[in-house]
Amino acid sequence: MIKPSAIIGQVILYGAFAVFIGYFATSPKYHQIPEDVALIKLSISHLGDRECRKRTPEELEKLPRNMRAPLDCPRERSDITLQVDLDGQTVFDTVMHPTGIAKDGVATVYKRFEVKAGEHMLSVRMNDNLAKPGFKFVKEDKVNLKPAQVLVIDFNPDKGGLFFQ
Amino acid sequence: MSLHDTLRGGAQSIFRRIEEAFDAPFGGTDNPMRHLGALGFYFLWIVTVSGLYLYTVLDTSIEGVHTSIGWLTEDQWYLGGILRSLHRYASDAFILMTMLHLIREWAYGRYHGFRLYSWVTGVPLLWLMFFSGIGGYWIVWDRLAQFSAIASTELLDWLPIFNDPSARNFLTPEAINDRFFTMLVFIHLGVPLMLILGLWAHVHRISRVDHFPARRLALGTLAALLLLALVQPAISDAPADLSVVATGLRLDWFILFLHPLTDATSPAFVWALLSGVTLLLFILPLLPHPKAEPVAVVNAANCNGCARCLADCPYAAVTMEAHPYKPGHKIAIVDADLCAGCGICAGSCPSSTPFRSQETLVTGIDMPQQPVNVLRRELEKKIAGLEGTTRIVVFGCDRGAAVHALAAPDTAVMSLMCTGMLPPAFVEYALRGGADGVLVTGCRTGGCEFRLGDQWTAERLTRRREPHLRANVPAQRLHFVAASVSDGEALATALEEFRTRIETQAADSDRPPPFRRRTLHHD
Repeated sequence: MIKPSAIIGQVILYGAFAVFIGYFATSPKYHQIPEDVALIKLSISHLGDRECRKRTPEELEKLPRNMRAPLDCPRERSDITLQVDLDGQTVFDTVMHPTGIAKDGVATVYKRFEVKAGEHMLSVRMNDNLAKPGFKFVKEDKVNLKPAQVLVIDFNPDKGGLFFQ
Repeated sequence: MSLHDTLRGGAQSIFRRIEEAFDAPFGGTDNPMRHLGALGFYFLWIVTVSGLYLYTVLDTSIEGVHTSIGWLTEDQWYLGGILRSLHRYASDAFILMTMLHLIREWAYGRYHGFRLYSWVTGVPLLWLMFFSGIGGYWIVWDRLAQFSAIASTELLDWLPIFNDPSARNFLTPEAINDRFFTMLVFIHLGVPLMLILGLWAHVHRISRVDHFPARRLALGTLAALLLLALVQPAISDAPADLSVVATGLRLDWFILFLHPLTDATSPAFVWALLSGVTLLLFILPLLPHPKAEPVAVVNAANCNGCARCLADCPYAAVTMEAHPYKPGHKIAIVDADLCAGCGICAGSCPSSTPFRSQETLVTGIDMPQQPVNVLRRELEKKIAGLEGTTRIVVFGCDRGAAVHALAAPDTAVMSLMCTGMLPPAFVEYALRGGADGVLVTGCRTGGCEFRLGDQWTAERLTRRREPHLRANVPAQRLHFVAASVSDGEALATALEEFRTRIETQAADSDRPPPFRRRTLHHD
């Protein structure tokens, strides 16, 4: 027969167990960013450009029929330069390298920036062929960010290059 | 003493105090601190059963998943809602019990020697456990799921394993499609299956696995979780929206604590921490530790193949094979890698009876460090030296309350490696050899260093297990006291009360007939 004091002790300890589980299963609340902050996510995955040479008819003639590609392209892809300015200040400046042992894979970047909510001037410049000077792709726009909003900076050649979403 | 030993000793002391404090309301059998592994299994079964129901009604599409779980929670709160809450809270309890189990086993030094296999196989299970838990939160596909999915993939992307950052899968609402659940099904069904398989391997080398807690403990914890499910049901956050940051999250800190830790530090720090802790757990058995005890030795001539040692060995170290020269008989074989050197097998062997007349008592299975023959000789010598009106023999346990302090002219003490190695016939032998009473003490219920020593001793002395105490031993001349290392005073008090009881209640007529072994004085 269990003593009454043991029953009371068990009830208290089972209750404490439930309270412990219940509390830490939901509390304390977690705020990843402050309330007046928005997030800019820079995420680009792009295959760098490469310099191809047009084969001459004589060169093509020498090749087997099934290998007569008009362009002679190296396997290696170019590094990609990328710059992000926020309100006139450069906040990110990097060189993305192609992946893969033969450097023939995509170059990627994923970066988060916490910015105060409100109006900002956002400018992104990208060059995917370092053999050529300057920036082939530029996107500049005034953005109005609400608190907790996520603005994505991405690149898609089918959408005209750099874009904000 | 090294820093590690100091830390471990401190942790062990804390665990022992808590366990002994819990003995008061729960008793040993229902004490949750003594059955953390069993509770972990139990909570995993609750998670599995509740999860099977949740899966059957889950609409595994991006749009439907949140709605179907919401329907369960609100419209079918009396079944689906409660099962969902049980699923969540039992998962948290599973993680809590597992972590406590891990720390407790470390604190008691149970990570080397014959326990190496269980220790090493347990480490990868920690990864599977958290992997399953985190994946479970994604299935709801609410703001918390969104936060966890992004945080997890950002953490994974720190490792150079993906060409394309996996976090790009959660950039915009359009990036997610129903195929997302193909991955989730793998994570949240496949990984728990691997976990269960891993748990089978984890307990594979021990016998009589404590895989289900005592009924009262099981009902008590289930009632606590049910009450929690009713008072604070698990609910979803708003549906995931990748165009906003999920904030003000009701985070499950048992499972998702890595995300805030990553935010507060860095992915590099978290990976260093995780890999460092994992490596440390793996190399812990390589650190200096006490030398392994000599293992049990079988004597072929005296082993009759009864298999009681096989039945009683807590670590499945004994197997039975064909006897080398007794046709049709079996013989016990000891696996040295599995043997704990506890001596429980020697206590279970019917050949260990001290009433045998051989000058040197050789039993079927024995411990080189404390042979049964030495025990008999020591007992005979100590009984012969007893003085006083009420002479008591105390059989104690090296791991329990220290018995040597009880030694007195009228009290003979014998400390065994584990009380479980005491053949019950020794109690009768002591009484028939001249003792007025026998006190047997071992660890508290559920607190045996070798898992089953206390249980087997109690069952043998109460004639519920072979080899059992013979019926001619009067109950009033035998007393069993469960006493841990911190129960020295309580044991001394119990001894005095026992002595008084013998003096006041025991009748001379109930004393078993004297017995003197023929070779008693020829050693």
